[in-house]
Amino acid sequence: MLYDIFIDPFVQMYDMPDFFLQVLWEGFVAGILYALIALGFVLIFKASGVFNFAQGIMVVFAGLTLVGLNENGVPAYLALILTIGVMGVLAYGVERVVMRPLVNQPDIILLMATIGLTYFLVGFGEFVFGGEPKQMITEQLGLPTGSTAFEIGERGLVILQHIDIAAAVIAVLMVAALGIFFNKTRIGRALRAVADDHQAALSVGISLNQIWAIVWFAAGLVALATGIMWGARSDVSFALEIVAFKALPVLILGGFTSIPGAIVGGLIIGFGEKIGELYWGGLVGGGIESWLAYIIALVFLLFRPQGLFGERIIERI
Amino acid sequence: MRNFKQLALGTAVALGVGLTGAMTTAVQAQDANYVPLLTYRTGPYAGSGIHIANGMHDYLKMLNERDGGIGGVKLVTEECETGYNAQKGVECYEATKGKGALVYNPYSTGITLQLIPKAGVDKIPVLSMGYGLSAAADGKTFPWIFNVPDTYWDGASVVIKYIGEQEGGLENLKGKKIGYIFLDAGYGREPIPLLEQLSEKYGFELLQYPVPGAEMQNQSSQWLNVRRDRPDYMVMWGWGAMNPTAIKEAVKIRFPMDKFIGVWWSAGDDDAAAGGEGAKGYKAMNFSGVGSDFPALDDIKKHVIDAGLSSTDAETIGGTLYNRGVLNSVIIAEGIRTAQELTGKKVITGEDMRLGLEALNLDEARLAELGLKGFAHPMKVTCDDHAGSHPVFIQEWDGKKWRQASGWIEPMTDLVRPLLEAAAAEYAEKNAPWPARTEPCPN
Repeated sequence: MLYDIFIDPFVQMYDMPDFFLQVLWEGFVAGILYALIALGFVLIFKASGVFNFAQGIMVVFAGLTLVGLNENGVPAYLALILTIGVMGVLAYGVERVVMRPLVNQPDIILLMATIGLTYFLVGFGEFVFGGEPKQMITEQLGLPTGSTAFEIGERGLVILQHIDIAAAVIAVLMVAALGIFFNKTRIGRALRAVADDHQAALSVGISLNQIWAIVWFAAGLVALATGIMWGARSDVSFALEIVAFKALPVLILGGFTSIPGAIVGGLIIGFGEKIGELYWGGLVGGGIESWLAYIIALVFLLFRPQGLFGERIIERI
Repeated sequence: MRNFKQLALGTAVALGVGLTGAMTTAVQAQDANYVPLLTYRTGPYAGSGIHIANGMHDYLKMLNERDGGIGGVKLVTEECETGYNAQKGVECYEATKGKGALVYNPYSTGITLQLIPKAGVDKIPVLSMGYGLSAAADGKTFPWIFNVPDTYWDGASVVIKYIGEQEGGLENLKGKKIGYIFLDAGYGREPIPLLEQLSEKYGFELLQYPVPGAEMQNQSSQWLNVRRDRPDYMVMWGWGAMNPTAIKEAVKIRFPMDKFIGVWWSAGDDDAAAGGEGAKGYKAMNFSGVGSDFPALDDIKKHVIDAGLSSTDAETIGGTLYNRGVLNSVIIAEGIRTAQELTGKKVITGEDMRLGLEALNLDEARLAELGLKGFAHPMKVTCDDHAGSHPVFIQEWDGKKWRQASGWIEPMTDLVRPLLEAAAAEYAEKNAPWPARTEPCPN
């Protein structure tokens, strides 16, 4: 037993280096995708202190809008632009209908409001697009398909899916763009001010409503990118909503307010769950990755209760 | 715009169905036969559920429109959305059973397991067509449950038999590895006891890859395990979003698709199409017709689809899961017709329906008469055998559509039947006091 736990996994890694590299790559891709989802949660939490329960369904809604428009004859790139517009309208609507009337309400009320928003979007999405899964328009969007295989040693093979490479590149670009937006632009600095202290931000003339609409729109764009990437890996269906909650351990680990935390947390969870499942999962019959992610996050929390990059809150009495 | 037109039509049909259900509740007891349909058109399993629901709805609707119902009595159908959720399924059952329900089709093994103890108490049979509890095929123990035409254990034995044929005989399975990837729920776990027995008997190694419901669209770990273990064949018991994801992942790791075989619920057109060109050669078991070249389907198109009485997209007629839904309704309809003949009544009860299902004899001549020649293997239910048919065939995806790739393959009945009876006895013991059969046998 001790051999199986402490020795055998490492022997396997050494004996099958190609497979180990493949596991690392899959962990990296999963991590990037988890990070993308987590980013959407982080953006809204930073600006409003709300855990946006609807982030998962926003991923589905964005993906379905894109594919649904294309199915109705709208060219792919125009459908993409229109979908961005739809996410903008959604952000504006959420700010006007949900956020603004509930300003200064306790966080739990806002959380409940996002749960309500989730069910609204599920029902509305099914009403407009139906419940059938749809194929992502990967090729029409110019995203690469197919794969490239690298031979390692005599029999070894590492297969990289082009769409996974594209996902990684898009995620990096998106994070870079968000980083520049938040750090180098006036609106970005205003958003950080709102995140730090709502009242102080108001006192210097920052419009909370405008910031919230912008941040929901940014979260909508992240949801669209996630929907495209994840939809290309499987399909665009309401089951994707559940996948979005894979971001929870990432948030626990990386902190709810940190963009770098979402990225690093996503990668740790991605690598951790794949390596854990593939090399240790067999010891308990497999299927451990769904809870292993939470174990990894909890272990980190033992040492950093505020998460890897979260802000330490010290309240003096 | 087509989708939006369909949406409007679907809404109208749904409203119509709902209105019909509400308005005819009082009427149905006197002059109609009421069939609730437990369906799911929403949620993670809707991709599979919609086609089944359409097929079931359209065939029964066609009988109403073309023939004025069955035996001169209209059918009243009412859909109840379960979302493939056992709790919601039971709620649907409780909400509709008092309206004179003749039979329930849960379309979920989880819901079926919940309804099995209720069926005998409420005197309403459960038809779990090709799913549910395999042991329920033992009519002596489960007089109210019917799983015609196949149990999961039949399917598991057929797939092993088929793999044996590919290898030149079952004896050649010794030392082979067969992977089993399954939805980690009652449905996916159901065939495992039989697969384990077969593994022991024929000497192959059974490798199991459970896919939790929440991970249906995130299967890379399972397929990395497959890649490492290098099984000779893969067998899948998937549903909903699990199927297309698994096929895509299999393509991704370059698993030979001709050695990847799904159960009949992993045989949807959308499931296979998701894998693109790489999915060519993927196989699945089936027991219902392939394609739309059947007079009864023409009648559905003429009397239901073209008449605007359904939300079905005409292009999906003939799809595997649509046809499966049609077959389900054929069995319901023939059960009603048989019950009418046996009892002499036109408007029947759940108890009459049980008799009708137990005396079901859907032979080749009757299938031809229904405009469904070759659509299914002949089925004859007996009081002992509630699965009543059993053979299945293998179909293969050619990149665009399914084509039949084998003749009808009989399951290993000699092996399966004793195990079914033992499992039925075990179920009765665990659920003691399980009522001894007192229901009359019509044949």
